[in-house]
Amino acid sequence: MNLKPETLQRIEEVIPHYPVARSAVLPLLHLIQEDAGFISAEATEWVAARLDLQPINVLEVVTFYPMFRQQPIGRRLIKVCRTLSCALRGGYQTCAAFEQEFKVRRGGVSADGEVTIEFVECLASCGTAPVVMIDDDLHENVDCARARELSARIRAEAAARR
Amino acid sequence: MPAPAERRIIFKHIDEPGYTPDLACYLRHGGYASLRKALGMAPAAIIDEVKKSGLRGRGGAGFGCGLKWSLVDRKSGKPIYLVVNADESEPGTFKDRYIIHQDPHQLLESIMVSSWANNVRQAYIYIRGEFPYGARILEKAIAEARAANLVGPNVLGSGYSCEIYVHRGAGAYICGEETGLIESLEGKRPYPRIKPPYFPAVLGLYQCPTIVNNVETLCHVKHIVDVGGEEFAKIGTPGNTGTRILCVSGHVRRPGYYEYEVGRITLGQLLNEVCGGPLPGRTFKAIIPGGSSAKVLRWGETFTLKNKDGSTRTLAAEDIPMDFDTLAACGTMGGSGGVIVMDDSVNMVEALANINAFYAHESCGQCTPCREGSLWMKKITARMVHGQARAEDGALLQGVADQIAGRTICAFGEACSWPTQSFLAKFGDEFRAYPEAKTAPRPESVPLA
Ligand SMILES: Cc1cc2nc3c(=O)[nH]c(=O)nc-3n(C[C@H](O)[C@H](O)[C@H](O)COP(=O)(O)O)c2cc1C
Ligand code: SF4
Ligand code: FES
Repeated sequence: MNLKPETLQRIEEVIPHYPVARSAVLPLLHLIQEDAGFISAEATEWVAARLDLQPINVLEVVTFYPMFRQQPIGRRLIKVCRTLSCALRGGYQTCAAFEQEFKVRRGGVSADGEVTIEFVECLASCGTAPVVMIDDDLHENVDCARARELSARIRAEAAARR
Repeated sequence: MPAPAERRIIFKHIDEPGYTPDLACYLRHGGYASLRKALGMAPAAIIDEVKKSGLRGRGGAGFGCGLKWSLVDRKSGKPIYLVVNADESEPGTFKDRYIIHQDPHQLLESIMVSSWANNVRQAYIYIRGEFPYGARILEKAIAEARAANLVGPNVLGSGYSCEIYVHRGAGAYICGEETGLIESLEGKRPYPRIKPPYFPAVLGLYQCPTIVNNVETLCHVKHIVDVGGEEFAKIGTPGNTGTRILCVSGHVRRPGYYEYEVGRITLGQLLNEVCGGPLPGRTFKAIIPGGSSAKVLRWGETFTLKNKDGSTRTLAAEDIPMDFDTLAACGTMGGSGGVIVMDDSVNMVEALANINAFYAHESCGQCTPCREGSLWMKKITARMVHGQARAEDGALLQGVADQIAGRTICAFGEACSWPTQSFLAKFGDEFRAYPEAKTAPRPESVPLA
């Protein structure tokens, strides 16, 4: 496992928060995914060994929780809320707008590897529907026009990086 | 009667210009005085005040907070844990978000008061994974409070010690169910536990006595200590005390969060006066009053309710006071306080298809009736919406929904069958007419599934 020193340090800090080491499975998986982008088979085994568990104990967690992934995704993750309050305010159209902008169906990675688009369930911001999370940032009242603006911004940020 | 004014206790400083989530700001506003006061009181006396306050849980079931605390096994000799339910995953609910992001110390102070009252030495805040900044804000606030001797060892020189840790979920709704949450906190799949015997108050986290309370519920505790249980009980209505935050979303002009004394505002006042009424040219059609698991109300329907003296009264949906008991008497619930509004542009089959997709995605899969039933309800409504509706679909849905509730490990079974049952009960004609309605043009409607 090739984790950054600060990831390793935070892993060691979080384990003693719990009287039972197994409780640290979720925090460790979050830290590793933030560092490596996804949870590899190697990472699953590493977490199991570190917490004195069987690899299946970690794998069953990775496969249950929607936020953990076993494959790399696009550089940016666009999560569009699918649930009722957002849908009533046009969430499905917002999702379609992002799909058109990046020419990729939800669930997939755009051809340039820049974005992954996902439909997710209620993000607890239903009063400002439709809402979208791009990486860690929540965006509110994202109608189709706003979706196109946000897409343009993502493309500009990608261009600046190149 | 015009709508009463908002009464902001929990949301007093939310969106206040210049109010920041740091400790210095909280202290400038009198913060942690309640903790000082509480540490001078006997723990049992605090529990007593909470009982007198009549405070009921804001997470979903409306269970008495003082009663919950009094059920904790204090004789086992095992440590007692406090777990704060900050999973906020019930569709339509968005109140804990603002407390966590804008006023984290209000929550921390209430956690410390509640921990002292219950002899808790370790408290966990279980926060949904989709609040990454919320988790960081809480962690920073804990570090600040720890540095100021308000959390951690020997709090304010009292000899009492208590640590608070933040634990992030990872996108699964079932982690909001308290025993699923506990399993998740133990590092496992969040499979809810069977009750009995696994009542958290006796066999909770690490098989130790555990209190699970919602963020908003706990925040009230510091205010109860401030004013006393009896004073607190004068806010709201008898049996439905305090304020609660109503989260309004969907088809109103001003969706958002509004804090009112429980039972002092009606559904009609809330939607028409506070939220500005329906969108231009529209009329209200259906309201889900307490998060998506609550049974739907038809705008305009009436209820005949029993009074205490045995007589009856008739109440229209818009006149229902937003309290726990009246909503329950009308066959639905106050639940999590999430009010989802649908207007006449909505076809109820499509709205139900959206809700059913949620529950099919979120069933943990342990119980056959829930796992299979939620999936079938989703498949049927999805098929209807996508051009293959059949006349018998309503009856088919009814048959599936009726076989879930009461036959499962956790209340998700009820939560996933109530929408289908209530949509059919109130809007059954739309399900029967859907095969034709689907082909009629409805330019104003947006896709819901
Ligand atoms: C399927 C399901 C989901 C739930 N989700 C939440 C939630 O997101 N937040 C919450 O506070 N309570 C949720 N609850 C209720 C909790 O199980 C529990 O009753 C609550 O946290 C107790 O806190 P309270 O007494 O302060 O309301 C959920 C219950 C069920 C059955
Ligand atoms: S009722 Fe559903 S969510 Fe609850 S334990 Fe059973 S399968 Fe899981
Ligand atoms: S329904 Fe989209 S944030 Fe709640």
